[in-house]
Amino acid sequence: MRPITMEKVETTRQEILDIITSPTLTHEQKLTNLAGKADSLLEVLDLPEGLEELLEPVEGKQCICDLFEGHAPMRPRYIVPDYEKFMKEGCKFLQLDAPKDFFEALNHLLIMYKHVPSITNYPVYVGALDKLLEPFIDEVDEATAKKFIKMFLVHVDRTVLDSFSHANLGPEETKAGRIILECEEELEQAVPNITFKYDPDVTPDAYAVRAIKTALKSAKPSFANHKMFCKELTDNYVIASCYNGLKYGGGSYTLCRLILGNIAKRAENIKDFKERVLPYVLDIQARYMDARVRFIVEESGFFENHFLAKEGLIHRDRFTAMYGMVGMAEAVNILMEKEGKNFRYGKDVEADALGVEIMEQIKAFNDSHEAPYCEATGGHYLLHAQVGIAQDQGISPGTRIPIGEEPEELIDHLKHCSLFHKYFPSGTGDIFPVEATAKKNPEFILDIIKGAFQMDLRYLSFHDKDSDVIRVTGYLVKKSELEKFKAGQRVLQNTTHLGTGAAKNGHILERKVR
Amino acid sequence: MSGLVAPVNRIIPFSAVDGPGNRTAVFLQGCNIDCKYCHNPETRALCIHCGMCVRKCPTGALQLVEGKVHFEPAKCVACDTCIKTCTHDASPRVLWMTVEEVITEIKKQIPFIRGITVSGGECTLYPEFLTALFSECKKLGLHTLIDSNGMVDLGVYPELLSVTDGVMLDIKAFSEKDHVMVTGFTNNQVLKNAAFLAKCGKLYEIRTVVVRELFDPAGVIESIAEYLCAYMDISMLRYKLIAYRPFGVREQYQTYESPDVSYMEQLKDIAIQVGFQEVIII
Ligand code: SF4
Ligand code: SF4
Repeated sequence: MRPITMEKVETTRQEILDIITSPTLTHEQKLTNLAGKADSLLEVLDLPEGLEELLEPVEGKQCICDLFEGHAPMRPRYIVPDYEKFMKEGCKFLQLDAPKDFFEALNHLLIMYKHVPSITNYPVYVGALDKLLEPFIDEVDEATAKKFIKMFLVHVDRTVLDSFSHANLGPEETKAGRIILECEEELEQAVPNITFKYDPDVTPDAYAVRAIKTALKSAKPSFANHKMFCKELTDNYVIASCYNGLKYGGGSYTLCRLILGNIAKRAENIKDFKERVLPYVLDIQARYMDARVRFIVEESGFFENHFLAKEGLIHRDRFTAMYGMVGMAEAVNILMEKEGKNFRYGKDVEADALGVEIMEQIKAFNDSHEAPYCEATGGHYLLHAQVGIAQDQGISPGTRIPIGEEPEELIDHLKHCSLFHKYFPSGTGDIFPVEATAKKNPEFILDIIKGAFQMDLRYLSFHDKDSDVIRVTGYLVKKSELEKFKAGQRVLQNTTHLGTGAAKNGHILERKVR
Repeated sequence: MSGLVAPVNRIIPFSAVDGPGNRTAVFLQGCNIDCKYCHNPETRALCIHCGMCVRKCPTGALQLVEGKVHFEPAKCVACDTCIKTCTHDASPRVLWMTVEEVITEIKKQIPFIRGITVSGGECTLYPEFLTALFSECKKLGLHTLIDSNGMVDLGVYPELLSVTDGVMLDIKAFSEKDHVMVTGFTNNQVLKNAAFLAKCGKLYEIRTVVVRELFDPAGVIESIAEYLCAYMDISMLRYKLIAYRPFGVREQYQTYESPDVSYMEQLKDIAIQVGFQEVIII
C-alpha cells in the first residue's frame, strides 16, 4: 500500500464532515458516501503510468472516468445472482430452505435483495420475476396474486433505493408477467427498472402490446433485442442496472469509460486522433481495468468468502467487465471542426461515418486486448455505451445524439441508432418520449420495435411525454420527486439526486417528443 | 411503372393516428366538398399560381418561374406563412410526384411500418394513381388504407379495391339536409359507398366529426347503425368520434363549440348501445 499526502487526508476529512452534516442525504446515502471516502484513502492498485493525468476530474479535460468505484474495489461492480437456483435450493447462509409456496417465494426474494452487494449497495438485478414466480402463480387466485405482487413491488420500490436495480420479463408470455405489467401500470413507480426481452418469434403481439401499454404509463419496461443478446451472450444473459447485458450467475467486475470528446480535444486532427491520441488512451483504460479486475479476483477475497460465491449463486467464471465510452457526438463534432468541416454528428453522413470508424477502432482494440479473468466473454471485455452521470456537462451518453439536435423525423433517428447499437453487447439504448396519441395505438410502438430489431437496434425505451415517471438516461425518476428534491426536501431514492443533475446538465427533460 | 402523377401535399413518415400500427401517411392535394370545420383547408384546392405567397416567403423557398410557383424544399423552414397567405385554399409546397417517387419515400420507412394510409384533401380524386401506388405497396407487403369522404363512387374501381385493404370513411351527417349544411353537397354517394364497402368487407372505420351546432350527433350515430346493419355485422366496425377543435379551421368557422369529454363519452355509450363495439374518441 502506497502512502498518501497529509493534504489528501485533510481534504477527505472535510468531505466526510460535509457528508455527515448534509441536509439532503438520507441516512443510507450518508453511509454509502462515507464508505467511499474511507476507501479513497487507499492506494493499492497497480496503476498504469500516465493514468493519473487522464483520470484527473477537471471539467472539459478528463479522458477516463472510473465512475466512483473507489481505490480498492471490495466486490464486483455488478452482481447477477442465480435467483432460480436460490428458489430451487434455498440458501444456507440466509438459513432459508427452498420456498414452498407463492408467499414464501416473494418473501425469499425480498430477503435475498438485502444481501446482494453491488456498486450501489443495492441489487442491480432482482431477477426474471415472471419466471421466478410463474411456478407458484396458480396456487392462489388471481386477485390474491395481484395484491401480493403489488405489495412486493411497492416493497422493492421503497427499500431498494436505487433505480439502477433491474428486473427482467419475457420473451415468453406468462401469467405472472402479465400481472406484474398490470401492477406496474397502476403503481407508476421508479424501482425496479424493468426490461422486456422481446423476440417477435416468441412473444405474442398482444402480450407485447400489454407491455407497451405499461411503458406508456410508467416508462417501463424497456425493450431488449432478445435475438441479438442471445447471439452474443447465449440465452443465459440478463439486463441489469441501466441496460447492461451480462451473464446470469455472473456480472461485471468493473466499468470504466472513455470520455471521447475530451480525448478528441487533445488531437490535432482526425489522423492524429486515430493514430496517436486514441490508441494511447484506449491502452491505459484497458490496463487500468485489468488492475481493478485483478485486485477484485486476486486480493479482495470476495470470491472466496462471499456466500453468493460459496453457495454457487454466482460464479467467478461468468464475470466479465465493461469497457465503456461516452461523448461520441462531441468527439466527432470536435474532430470535424479541427478539419475545418461543418459536418455534425447525427445530421450529416460524413460525421456519422467518422463515428462508425471510431467505433471500429475501439472494437478492434478491445478484440485484441487480452483481459484477465474474462473467459466468460472470450477473454475480452464487453463494450458499453455508458449513459452518463449527473455531473456530465456537454458530454452525451454513449453514442447518442445530443438532446436538442435529434433529427426531425424519428425514422432518421432510428437509422442513426442502427449504426451504433451493434457494438455494445454490455449495453446501449435510446429513449423516445412519445405523444399521448400513441396510447390509443400501442401497435404503433410495436411496429417501431419490430422494425428496429430487424435493423440491429439493441435496446429501446419509450415513455409518454406527460407521465410522471420518466427515463433519465438509463434509470427512472419521478418528476414529482425531482421537484421535491429541488425544493430542498429529502427524497427516498438515490437516483432522484442523479436525475436532478441530469435535468440541469443533461437537459433530459428537453428530449424531442415523437 | 406508370407515368401517373398526383399532387402530394405532404408525406408523414411515421403516423400513429392514421390507422392501425405505424404507417406512412400520404396526403394528396385537392378536395371535392367544402366542410365548414375543415381542419386543413390548405389541402382543398390546387394552386392557381397567383404568386401572392411567393413574396411573403421569408427564406426564398418559393419562386415564380415562367408564371408558375416553384418550391425548393431544402430552403423551407415550415413557417406556414405561405398557406396563411393563400386565399385559394391551396399550398405552394405541393409536389407533383410519380408513383415511383412516392414509393421511394415510403420505402425509407421499411421495416418500421406495417402499411400506408392515403388521405387528403380527397385522395379518391386520383383513383388511377391510387391503384398504381397500392399495387406497388402490395409487392412490398404493406397494408393499404384509404381515408375518404366517400364522394367518389368506389364501386366503379374494382381494381383499386382489389389492392385496398380498407377504407376509413367519413360520414359527416346522415340526412341529406345536414350533409349539405356541413359540406355543401348531398350524401347519397357517401351512403352508397358505405353500403358497398360494408358488403365487400372493405369498410375499415367510420368517422364523424362532432359539431353540435351543425347537426344532432346522436341521431347520426343511430341512423348509421341502422343503415349499415343491413350489410354487415357492425360489431366488427370501428367508429371514431372526433371532437371538433378550432385548430387550423378557417376563421369564419372557428366559433363552433368544442364538445367536452363527458358529452363525447355519452356519444360513445350511445354508439355502443346501438351495436358498435370498438368506439374511439379523439
Ligand atoms: S412554409 Fe411556406 S413561407 Fe414558410 S419557408 Fe416554407 S415555403 Fe416559405
Ligand atoms: S399557393 Fe395560393 S397564394 Fe400561393 S401561388 Fe398558389 S394560389 Fe397563389
